[in-house]
Amino acid sequence: MTQPLLSLQGLTKAYPGVVANDAVSFDIGAGEVHALLGENGAGKSTLVKMIYGLVKPDSGRMVLRGQAYAPSEPRQARADGIAMVFQHFSLFDALNVSENIALGMENPPPMRDLAERIRAVSETYGLPLDPFRTVGDLSAGERQRVEIIRCLLQDPKLLIMDEPTSVLTPQEVDILFQTLQKLRAEGTSILYISHKLEEIRTLCDHATILRLGRNVGECIPAETSARDMAEMMVGTALQTPARADRDLGPVALEISDLSVPAPSAFGTALKAVNLSVRKGEILGIGGVAGNGQDELLSVLSGETPTAAAAVQMHGEAIGHLGPVARRHLGLLAAPEERLGHAAAPDMSLTENAMLTAAARKGLVQKGFLKWGLATEFAEKVIASFDVRTPGPQNAARSLSGGNLQKFVIGREVLQQPDVLVVNQPTWGVDAAAAAAIRQSLLDLAAAGAAIVCISQDLDELMEIADRFAALNEGRLTAPRPTAGLSVDEIGLMMGGAHGMEVAHV
Amino acid sequence: MDLSAINPVLLIASLMVAATPILIAAIGELVVEKSGVLNLGVEGMMIVGAIAGFATAVETGSPLLGFFAAAFAGAALSVLFGFLTQVAQANQVASGLALTLFGLGLSALMGQSYVGVKPPQMSDIHIPVLSDLPVIGPILFGHDIILYFGLALTAAVWALLKFSRAGLVLRAVGENHDAAHALGYKVVRIRLMAILFGGACAGIGGAYISLIRVPQWTEGMTAGVGWIALALVVFASWKPWRALLGAYLFGGVTVVQLNLQAAGVAIPVEYLAMSPYVITIVVLVILSADKSSAPAALGRNFHASR
Repeated sequence: MTQPLLSLQGLTKAYPGVVANDAVSFDIGAGEVHALLGENGAGKSTLVKMIYGLVKPDSGRMVLRGQAYAPSEPRQARADGIAMVFQHFSLFDALNVSENIALGMENPPPMRDLAERIRAVSETYGLPLDPFRTVGDLSAGERQRVEIIRCLLQDPKLLIMDEPTSVLTPQEVDILFQTLQKLRAEGTSILYISHKLEEIRTLCDHATILRLGRNVGECIPAETSARDMAEMMVGTALQTPARADRDLGPVALEISDLSVPAPSAFGTALKAVNLSVRKGEILGIGGVAGNGQDELLSVLSGETPTAAAAVQMHGEAIGHLGPVARRHLGLLAAPEERLGHAAAPDMSLTENAMLTAAARKGLVQKGFLKWGLATEFAEKVIASFDVRTPGPQNAARSLSGGNLQKFVIGREVLQQPDVLVVNQPTWGVDAAAAAAIRQSLLDLAAAGAAIVCISQDLDELMEIADRFAALNEGRLTAPRPTAGLSVDEIGLMMGGAHGMEVAHV
Repeated sequence: MDLSAINPVLLIASLMVAATPILIAAIGELVVEKSGVLNLGVEGMMIVGAIAGFATAVETGSPLLGFFAAAFAGAALSVLFGFLTQVAQANQVASGLALTLFGLGLSALMGQSYVGVKPPQMSDIHIPVLSDLPVIGPILFGHDIILYFGLALTAAVWALLKFSRAGLVLRAVGENHDAAHALGYKVVRIRLMAILFGGACAGIGGAYISLIRVPQWTEGMTAGVGWIALALVVFASWKPWRALLGAYLFGGVTVVQLNLQAAGVAIPVEYLAMSPYVITIVVLVILSADKSSAPAALGRNFHASR
């Protein structure tokens, strides 16, 4: 390789209390797919934002094609041929595809010409897309195509992709990889951020690994085992959750033929959902985000009341009961959204513990709150789940995402529920903490609780669940034992490629 | 009771006059809300515009200068709101309410020496032949210039939002400010400009009441028109032409009830006087079932965090 396309030299960026990037250096060659690996909080996003001009480095410099490069805003980065596909939050639901794409361009042509160009590019790269559809109605895979086409229209030299596959089915991932390989063949460099190691091993030419803001190593992914890369990321040997054999008891929770209309315009209706989970069993529910996960959780937790007989616990009809009544019966839930749904952001951890544990831990007596007991309980959660915080008096908002997630899950697990429903239990949590959370769920099931685990992380479901079902447009497939389930079968259960089969070039 | 005393041509012509202040203020607020900001201070900005325009027109003798002063005063007051919500990150609802209360008090203070004064008249346009046509003449070609400005403003805002890049960026900021920021658009700057525009429009709307519709100054003379304009934006589902329709509906009900009172209909005056407000509420309740067209980031503060 002669001259690298982009060379990062000693980039450093500090935020109050934390150094996000500490003298990070590496090169990206022309026509190379370069992986950036690291756990959450390792500084990947900050690094990428510096390249894209959203954040200014404190020190260090970048060299693009031999020229000093210091973008002050994304506009300038785009002008220099750098494009970025965001992990989330860069599309506008109420606008159509062309409008969304026009917003990401410097000098967009008139709408009619733009629509033509969108059609042309989408056909060249096998990403079919109607320019006049409203983005809010698109599937996650199609939304991502909008972002990719937005980048491709500007003829980028370097394409940055931030965790592009976290919202895709396995079939959609295949199609994406074909597109990326085609781009690489045309000489476009790709900076690929992910923590899915197998993907990186199939796609990337070179990998840089970040840990706590430092560049801790580089490797050729195809020649390195996933386990070695994971250990480089974490810095210690990885512990895999141990799964004990469990005896399944009688059915603890059952939903029969439940249909619920969509709660909002962009929500999903549940259609004829059936599920049952036995004591000691973990039922894994997969599916691409936005296919009814949130709605299913709110039906189980009691936020959406239904016909009484549609939800039964230990044979008792509970569909009409609200969340508090269900908590008394021993049915607990931990929703996905940590700030604002699972925890009240501006309240302390003690107060947040009081909010869900009041019923089962006897924190309310004769109408009075027992703050002493609540503090003890919060401290217990903090200690047993290794929540890094100065103490239970801190506001939930002040915790990092992963730490708050540990608190939210621990709070429910330590109430010894009979049935626990969790949505995305390890979302945004680093590998070691994720393993600890999974272990706690396994232990809870071993103690006889029934667990419904909704997650988009298929590896996680395969690791802990006894049976697997998938949500697709509000319908739940029949559950199948996880043992011996192949990735292809899972993909088909999740709805295949959402009509993307035509996309093969 | 004599309904034949009501002249339909004059009724329609005065309906358009009654609707204009609501329309101009509502169009301004529509742009503000499209950018994702909820400014509840319309009433306050209107009444400050009303007195500023009135005082300037009386002192200079030029109603047109009065309207410029009103636009400036409304915009100046909205700068305060913009500073509080966009720079100091204050709550938008509370800041808007405070702005209304502040505006009502400030206008009463400014207007003390203007009670009972007659402002200079703004003449209606007169186009030979066209304005003299029966029926069509008084309705279409016999109004003051600000009324036509209101209609032109509606058309301009509609075209801008629908066809121009600036309009697209404005809608994008109101839809998802995080995404707009990630793409490199200056969210706070765009919102401040929208707030300024909304303030200027509210000021002009207020001055229309004090200079043309009522031609005099009394304390609190906007009498809730700012609130109606706010409701109208929701009623119109954030669409300019629907705002025009709603303003004429409200203006129509106001004028008809005045005419009915004059004709001596046997309904207590209080019921007639409240009818425009009741009808606004009823229409709002019916139409607000559909909130899908609301800007998704409406009322949410933006902070460019890391």
